Amino acid sequence: MSPTRDLAQEHGPGFDAQRLRRDFPALNQKLHGKPLVYLDNAATSQKPQAVIDAVSRYYAEDNANVHRGVHGLSERATRAYEDARAKVRRFLNAGAVEEIIFVRGTTEAVNLVASSYGRGHVGAGDEVLITHLEHHSNIVPWQMLCEAQGAQLKVVPINDAGELDLAAYAELLGPRTKMVAVGHVSNALGTVNPVRQMIALAHQRHVPVLVDGAQAVPHFRVDVVDLDADFYAFSGHKMYAPTGIGVLYGKRALLQAMPPWQGGGDMIASVSFAKTTWNSLPYKFEAGTPHIAGAIGLGAAIDYLDEIDFAAAGAWEHELLALATRRLASIPEVRLIGTAAEKAGVLSFVIDGVHAHDVGTILDREGVAVRAGHHCAQPVMERLGLAATARASFAFYNTQDDVEALVQGIHKVIEVFA
Amino acid sequence: MSELRDLYQEVILDHYKRPRNQRRPAGANRDAQGHNPLCGDRVTISIELDGDRIKDVGFSGSGCAISTASTSMMTEAIKGKTVKEVEALFARFHHLVTSSDDPGPDVEALDKLAVFQGVREFPVRVKCATLAWHTLRAALEAKPDLISTE
Repeated sequence: MSPTRDLAQEHGPGFDAQRLRRDFPALNQKLHGKPLVYLDNAATSQKPQAVIDAVSRYYAEDNANVHRGVHGLSERATRAYEDARAKVRRFLNAGAVEEIIFVRGTTEAVNLVASSYGRGHVGAGDEVLITHLEHHSNIVPWQMLCEAQGAQLKVVPINDAGELDLAAYAELLGPRTKMVAVGHVSNALGTVNPVRQMIALAHQRHVPVLVDGAQAVPHFRVDVVDLDADFYAFSGHKMYAPTGIGVLYGKRALLQAMPPWQGGGDMIASVSFAKTTWNSLPYKFEAGTPHIAGAIGLGAAIDYLDEIDFAAAGAWEHELLALATRRLASIPEVRLIGTAAEKAGVLSFVIDGVHAHDVGTILDREGVAVRAGHHCAQPVMERLGLAATARASFAFYNTQDDVEALVQGIHKVIEVFA
Repeated sequence: MSELRDLYQEVILDHYKRPRNQRRPAGANRDAQGHNPLCGDRVTISIELDGDRIKDVGFSGSGCAISTASTSMMTEAIKGKTVKEVEALFARFHHLVTSSDDPGPDVEALDKLAVFQGVREFPVRVKCATLAWHTLRAALEAKPDLISTE
């Protein structure tokens, strides 16, 4: 019996990473002659066969445009697409399907809110508050908004462990703050931010909050009602679904008051050259033919997570992260970057005297796939005085053997550079 | 492991750990900055151009082993050479790190730079090896803008 199975048994019979790995065909291959150890899940996760099959089945059997045809095929496609929306609603515990907007990904969701909500509510001299931990996709749209409106971008500082300074956040929330945007989990460091508390503080001042959940939804159950988030954005491809599909959740009252973002088909009630009236939610924000197959794939990914006991999967990932943290911390040449008390999925590190890019190349030749670079989060790298880190990021299909391969790979790096 | 050893040869690691000509020459009259957005590496190449000859050259910046060693070894290789000779050397070097052909007799002309042959097995690292050369070319052409590998 492998050590992985021993660890699995501690979590009860409900969770078995070794068994679940077999659901992900891409994991079963060699890289440079070594078994693939995929530790780049924060960039994108692998897809289970159930998701691949759902997408394939849609194209093979049900392909038609949605909300248009009177024919049976279009009815089936529409039903499948709207079923996926209903699954997302349940997944987030949102109040209504009208609050679930399908978009291309987190980036598009943030841009939608920055444009549609932002331009109506953020004016000259106002402030948008983000944090030093943000991914570029939760920085740049707000920067563009502030530039266009003559507003100011304010940034919540972090400590050396990579945790937000909540006292500074409370102070920065001022009379001119019109919007707060914060990542639920940092993609570069893995810090889990106290978004529930941050939202409560913002709401005391009637400031709405957008949460970038791209790195959260793959790891733990998110309840947008419990969080009281005004907007919640995530991508499908980091949570075992296809690329090109993502979700913007928004509170109905906010979405209803917002103007459409893009114009086109499906988002209108009626069009004449004199006046066009908008369709109801959520279609007002879904101009053009959507990524139907992607939405169906996302629905299949949610079904899959329901089947495997998502809570147990999260606990397993937590064990792996703790194990990897202990193992890497015991290597004298390794320095862990981002040591927040609350973390999920991500282990960023540097090796003395070795550039992250070289770490990435050597690990790759050992079959271990990690990310090396600034992780599209240059401000946080700069804050920590680093040009780049290597980042191992975990999914529930990773095992203790993967952690061991990472540790051995790091020893190889040290050996090459000795 | 042998491919890794071909990439990270002793000479390359030596230049990475102890880069040569990491300074701005006192008589420098041309500078250019290079940037590899993929890994965040930045390098500034400064040369003292005397007519069409590179009298002195130095650099500053930080990067990965391949990029730093390539910059360091380039500065050693080009000092005293004419612009035309440097262009020919870059063409040979580029062929060495990108082509799958046998490097042929040109390897001789590359002298110590031939140690970068291992880079061709690592296509994503080609930009690391050539960043310094692209930046040098910008300095020679007196291009003030930041040179990017993307």
